[in-house]
Amino acid sequence: MNTYTLYLNSKRCIGCHGCVVHCKANKGLPVGPILCEISHERLKSVRGVPKTEFKFRSCYHCEDPFCVTICPTGAMKKREDGIVYVDAPTCIGCMACAGACPWGIPQHNPETNKAVKCDYCMDRLDAGLQPACVTKCTTHALKLMTMKEI
Amino acid sequence: MKKSVWSMCGMCTVRCPIRVEVEDNTVTWLEGNQHILKGALCAKGSAGPALVADKERPQQPLIRRGGRGAGRWEAVSWEFALDYIADKLKTIIDRHGPEAIMASSRGGPFQDLVKAFTHALGSPNYTDHDSACGRNVHHASISLFGLGRKGFIYDIKNAKHLVLFGRNILASLRPAEVNQVMDMLDKGGRLTYVDVRQTLTGIKATNFFQVRPGTDYALALALIHEIIKADGYDAEFVERYTTGFDELAYFVENYSAEWAAKECGIKVKDIHELVGQLIADRPKVVFHPGWMLSRYNDSFYASRALNCLNALMGNIEVEGGLIFAKGAGDCGGKGPRSLTELSPKPTAKRADGVGDVYKQFEKGPGLFHLFYKAMATAQPYPIKGIICVRHDPFSCFPDPQAQKEALDNCDLIVSIDTHYSEFGWYADVILPESTYLERDSMIALQKGMKPRMIMRSKAIETQADTLCLCTIIKGLATRLGLDQYFPFNTVRELWEWQLEPTGFTLADFEKKGFVEYADKPVLYDRDKLEGKFKTPSGKIEIISQKLDEWGFPSWKPYESPAKPPKGQYRLVFGRSPLHAHSHTINNPLLNELMPQNTLWINTREGGKMGIAEGDLVDVISGDVTSVVIAKLTDFIHPEAVYTVHGFGRQIPLQTRAYHAGMSDQKLMKGQLQNMDPVGGGLNLCETFVAVRKSSKNHQRKREL
Ligand code: SF4
Ligand code: SF4
Ligand code: SF4
Ligand code: SF4
Repeated sequence: MNTYTLYLNSKRCIGCHGCVVHCKANKGLPVGPILCEISHERLKSVRGVPKTEFKFRSCYHCEDPFCVTICPTGAMKKREDGIVYVDAPTCIGCMACAGACPWGIPQHNPETNKAVKCDYCMDRLDAGLQPACVTKCTTHALKLMTMKEI
Repeated sequence: MKKSVWSMCGMCTVRCPIRVEVEDNTVTWLEGNQHILKGALCAKGSAGPALVADKERPQQPLIRRGGRGAGRWEAVSWEFALDYIADKLKTIIDRHGPEAIMASSRGGPFQDLVKAFTHALGSPNYTDHDSACGRNVHHASISLFGLGRKGFIYDIKNAKHLVLFGRNILASLRPAEVNQVMDMLDKGGRLTYVDVRQTLTGIKATNFFQVRPGTDYALALALIHEIIKADGYDAEFVERYTTGFDELAYFVENYSAEWAAKECGIKVKDIHELVGQLIADRPKVVFHPGWMLSRYNDSFYASRALNCLNALMGNIEVEGGLIFAKGAGDCGGKGPRSLTELSPKPTAKRADGVGDVYKQFEKGPGLFHLFYKAMATAQPYPIKGIICVRHDPFSCFPDPQAQKEALDNCDLIVSIDTHYSEFGWYADVILPESTYLERDSMIALQKGMKPRMIMRSKAIETQADTLCLCTIIKGLATRLGLDQYFPFNTVRELWEWQLEPTGFTLADFEKKGFVEYADKPVLYDRDKLEGKFKTPSGKIEIISQKLDEWGFPSWKPYESPAKPPKGQYRLVFGRSPLHAHSHTINNPLLNELMPQNTLWINTREGGKMGIAEGDLVDVISGDVTSVVIAKLTDFIHPEAVYTVHGFGRQIPLQTRAYHAGMSDQKLMKGQLQNMDPVGGGLNLCETFVAVRKSSKNHQRKREL
């Protein structure tokens, strides 16, 4: 059962891409892998003001994740609380997971030659903290919600 | 070993308070100070460790061996570099006197060291970057309130209405301020945004006005006109605290909403609607007078009009309005010592003529671009040595080619910076400063509703052969026999000396990373504001005595901006939240997300020229041509083209930024001395450029 989800209050989000860098910096990632994304539609006029809203996407932490099923080494795992994560020592960097994921979410880290993806910063969660993107979001627009709250 | 360090971000000049976690001399985590920012930081803030690790920043002092700008450098020791500079400075002083040396740094809390050093040398010629930034706003504010632009805090969070003219507050961002804006919007506040294009700020607006470039002043005058006509201003406040209201009412008589609608290219009913809202929301309305407003040749007056609207709203010293920035003295405390107090006040006249030829400009930092005149003409006297600290005039001011020609009259050019700057690349010596995570900085006072002392402590030891500015300046001062003006050997000693009169100690910073002089916001009694305005009359001078004295009108009759000739466009520029001007373009993580800029062109205009989205276009001004990718959008005024400032860098050692995108300032040919005569700001949006589809577009893709 999934416990968490990341919720973006798009009214507050200003599209600054801070979260993208907060995430990369926390995981010490080099240029290449990007684990969360901010996107928006084309501007449309709403009562005379050209507007758009931002969307945030990282891994969906699927109930039945294809990435886990396909992984030849069992490195891609799903925790009790639903977090899908890469167990780095067992990962061989074949990237079958990225191919199996409908959205190509897992990314290749060229420095370690392993897969890397959003794991809700589970090391931080386990230490009683919030994910990097949530903690440092410029406008406090991102929240880690539990399914119960929703 | 694990530790947690309070410090201050240095990726841009907002200088957010941060907390850094360090393990084995490596940054493992950094976040905005929880007590002030609740963790929030911007993208640049998180890219700090990537700057530290970047080998494409200078790793040791460099001395030029080839011609200027040729890029032939010899790596030398600090001893050698500082001896070299000190010798050259001595020679210049012997031949031309100390006033032949000028220094510039970024404005803000850390200018003290550089200013003190310049004065200790015996030169009055300290300056900063502000003539390409806030000078117009600053001088406009002084002429009205007798207080500079930092004299007020904008209580946006509690406002009902925030009005922004080209102040792209959510992209040229300060995290604390951005949160205030979002809080205000969450509480149902209104945002009015005026610009020549739609921006990240404008998409959150309640009212959006896409105006013809250069017409801000027209709209501001019309707002004054309509508010007065509707008796919608705070008559009691105006009566009590201002002078010259009747003259203003007379002056704006012809500037109606109907007139402005035509002039700005907007709807008259929208202006009337806005006026109605402003009157209903008063006094909790904040008119932002502009931040970087070195744009048009009437920007000084536009800013003056916006601040005058604040006075008409009666929003001074009220919640949700403009609050006087309080210093230590307002809380019965004492601020930290500054080094400038120790140095003798120089007696020579400034080479930029500020305070002498130009009485209308505040002496403090003067105006950098005017020093180029002095260099080129040796009038009023020659300038032979220049030191720029964390300031890149080639990226900041127009026409670097013209700047180089003036600099060629100098015997010594020094750049002190954490990264390679375009100016540094042309310099004789590059002194690499340690990055903000590796250096201590002086303690500074931050005025506000709750004034506080802030400090930056180094989180990690230096990763390359670099030094902090305190050590660099001290090293030069010692070599020049100026030791007595810099009474410290270590930064710790400097801090302790600074703190002595305050009654606080370094230990007081340990709890939160800063020291506050008050627990609660300090507000003046609004019924006793007499004397708080430092104008000659002690009131808000709608008609300024000083401007009168210097022969400038308090209100300039509006002049319609020139239309660009056929095939040309007005070049305007701005910022992205991902970059701090030119400083961050080569940062690996920021460059990854935004490796180049584009040229925004109005869709219809692009169509006329056969330009499609993604095409390469030539942007031409005089003998300069830049090639850049076109972005077509309906949401930019057809007279304007826009680009993000800071790109088009030409330093081969910055491989990521090298020739990526275009540089707006290189296209501002002949504009180096084009300044607002009253405000002193440069007119950076007064350049027309020709645009055409580039021959560099591949006609066909070939594959063998
Ligand atoms: S950091 Fe926050 S405000 Fe900025 S883009 Fe990410 S979610 Fe939006
Ligand atoms: S990586 Fe893809 S398949 Fe795997 S959990 Fe995430 S979204 Fe689902
Ligand atoms: S890259 Fe790693 S996690 Fe992905 S499928 Fe291969 S072994 Fe499994
Ligand atoms: S705004 Fe961003 S880059 Fe600037 S000081 Fe704050 S966190 Fe650092």
